[in-house]
Amino acid sequence: MGHYDMFVTDVLVIGAGLAGERAAIESARNGLNVTLLSLVPPRRSHSSAAQGGMQASLGNTAMGKGDNPDVHFMDTVKGSDWGCEQDVARLFADTAPIVMREMAHWGVPWNRVSLEKRIYDGKEIHEDPDKVGLISARNFGGTAKWRTCYTSDGTGHTVLYTMDSIVQKYGITVHDRVEALSLIHDGETCYGAIVRDLRNGELRVYTAKSTVIATGGYGRLYGASTNAVINEGTGMSIAYETGVVPLGNMEAVQFHPTGIVPSWILITEGARGDGGYLLDKNGYRFMPDYEPNKKELASRDVVSRRMIQHIRAGYGVDSPYGQHLWLDIRHLGAKHINTNLREIATICREFNGIDPVHELIPVRPTQHYSMGGIRTNIDGQAYGLKNLYALGEAACWDLHGFNRLGGNSLAETVVAGKIVGEKIAEFTKDVTLNVSTSLVEDHLLMQQKRIENLRAKKGTENVYELRNRMETALNTNVHVFRTQEHLQAAVDELRELHKRSKYIQLRGDGNGADPELAFALRLPGMIRLALTIATGALARTESRGSHFREDYPKRDDENWLKRTLAYWREGASEPELQYEPVKITESQPGDRGYGEATAGAKSGVKQ
Amino acid sequence: MARELTFRIMRYNPETPDVKPHLQDFKLKEEPGMTLFVVLNKIREEQDSSLRFDFVCRASICGSCGMLVNGRPTLACRTLTKDLSEVTTLLPLPVFKLLGDLSVDTGTWFREMSIRTESWVHDDSEFDPTAEEERMDNEKALQIYEGERCIECGCCIGGCATANIRPDFIGAAGINRIARFMVDPRDKRTEQEYFEVVGSEDGVFGCIGLMACDDNCPVGVPLRGQIAYVRRKMASAGWKMKVKS
Repeated sequence: MGHYDMFVTDVLVIGAGLAGERAAIESARNGLNVTLLSLVPPRRSHSSAAQGGMQASLGNTAMGKGDNPDVHFMDTVKGSDWGCEQDVARLFADTAPIVMREMAHWGVPWNRVSLEKRIYDGKEIHEDPDKVGLISARNFGGTAKWRTCYTSDGTGHTVLYTMDSIVQKYGITVHDRVEALSLIHDGETCYGAIVRDLRNGELRVYTAKSTVIATGGYGRLYGASTNAVINEGTGMSIAYETGVVPLGNMEAVQFHPTGIVPSWILITEGARGDGGYLLDKNGYRFMPDYEPNKKELASRDVVSRRMIQHIRAGYGVDSPYGQHLWLDIRHLGAKHINTNLREIATICREFNGIDPVHELIPVRPTQHYSMGGIRTNIDGQAYGLKNLYALGEAACWDLHGFNRLGGNSLAETVVAGKIVGEKIAEFTKDVTLNVSTSLVEDHLLMQQKRIENLRAKKGTENVYELRNRMETALNTNVHVFRTQEHLQAAVDELRELHKRSKYIQLRGDGNGADPELAFALRLPGMIRLALTIATGALARTESRGSHFREDYPKRDDENWLKRTLAYWREGASEPELQYEPVKITESQPGDRGYGEATAGAKSGVKQ
Repeated sequence: MARELTFRIMRYNPETPDVKPHLQDFKLKEEPGMTLFVVLNKIREEQDSSLRFDFVCRASICGSCGMLVNGRPTLACRTLTKDLSEVTTLLPLPVFKLLGDLSVDTGTWFREMSIRTESWVHDDSEFDPTAEEERMDNEKALQIYEGERCIECGCCIGGCATANIRPDFIGAAGINRIARFMVDPRDKRTEQEYFEVVGSEDGVFGCIGLMACDDNCPVGVPLRGQIAYVRRKMASAGWKMKVKS
């Protein structure tokens, strides 16, 4: 077997973004030994890029007056198009205010309520003097109240830095620049992970009483995505490859209305929340025609569709990168833009050479978030394998159903981190670690063989070419609008790519920390996820939230009020789909109050 | 006509120490809107699959891609090729441990600095989940955020004369970190306690005031002001200690 480093820990958390760190803290506070693994230094995690904010119904601001967990719950359920687990949404809405206050206690410099004069949508806002100094909130899409707690435009950054400071305070072990390649399991129980050191390419073994996957989403499958380049869905892949852990609702992919063209960097929803408009090629503000009530702040799935619909109707702006629309924040003024929306201003100036104080920002709906992921129960336990947990974007807990509201994902990371973290700690205390050496070595050998095979250079396929084809298949065929024809084309192409991914040929030597080898190890799993997204979307003959079928434009609760569970059985070449009912506890499916079901004549979608 | 650009990139692989660090030229055609993120990925995908460099957010938010572009520390992701001449030299940031080619270990450096400066809110009170949050003036919150905006890219450290000769110097990033906690009313540390952390030659008194840190900070953290603030505070704390003894 040769030499390898082995680490034993009580709780192994794979992924050191907000969700992973918050869960790790809870275990450490309970006296457990925790090891956090991270692809990059924890503070570089994609959580740091979230600009906008976190939803919690504190109700401190004038525009949030009367807010409470019931309203937050209802917004979340409507936003999900009744696709979420309502007991999860309830637990989340009830806990969110406590967690935001806890983050304040730990050091997050949340923006606070002040009496400074503010104009919003032409009206002056008067804050309650009794609330001055409490955590403030801004407006986000799909919410009845202003509920999104924020720190200027660096919410993710400040919350992650504070969270990581608590990780340091508790002395939690962090191993950065490592990548989990597979889970150690016997088909019933998970015992840890086989991990590759990205500094030198060596394999390591981590065994643990509880293993937690918190690796974020898979935006990079699409290429054109607002996501960081590390968001390749590897945590989902390694759980999926056990053959026994299902992924939930992988077809539910969120497109953010305002990715900047052409670098696809996110322009935060805070821009529209603070009063920004969308304009077409004639400088016309079109959203009020489609969504008279919520305008630019209908939920993200609705705004994204309206934008593409308006472009299709001939109102897009031509550019070398395809047609786009404009985001206008000029009327907010230099002071507001340069403080509350500074990050946007920086992105516009540095990446597009645009000054948003005076100029329009080119935007188009862009892949942004994965509602789907490792299916867990309300305690965060993965289906199918004992001692395995998942949370955050990597998981399908399932708070977001078929469309997540802005500000709910960042909130989910810390709220689920606390809730699931407590469950993990409670559970782990009673577990004894009993793992057989031969099981560990079998799993290690499997990964060694994969690496040796790649280094033997027996294949023919270029890893980057396969990746580009995968990206194109998804971007062309599994986007904002979907049809049977396109989805079938994606499924066919991705099946073919999956076959070809078995014959990757490295161009370099693949030795040590070679980056091409790292990507070659990752890509087959990515293609499996892509194929699962396309297959689930093809099977789901209805429209719900972000999943919009032009050939089935209505939501079909009679047949489809259920969650897709996808399994990738051992040796299989495609996913096996099963379904489970959605949990409804308080709210029967109804009209969302915005979007196609409600809006008038212009809502028909052209083929 | 699109320009043909040459990138002169430092190559070194610690796994093959016999091959000494050297510069290697790569050529490619310029495209509209091209950044060094695009350039380096194209080189790796089309010319040399072994080239090592770091990007995460590619949007100047995460701080992964600090490197020397024509000798100056900056973020590669936001460097547009249109602002570069036809030949550009790319070197890894100094001070940090070199992992290979343009990739350096900023993570370990910043973690050690954070732990040395105990960069967390020091407060013994237990969080009370039933209580209203402690109030804070919004101006104060914005002031804390100003220091908290550091993305730990290491550009201030790579360009700092003191950090380049004194391995334990915490640099502008470390001093700024202290300033961030000093202005935070939730951190209950006293001036004397801060003095023990940064009142030394490896702390704020090691700075020789060249201010390259301030010039090089890609996100515009007001490092000059932050260093002056911490210096003043620590000078007064040191003086008080001296008077007492």
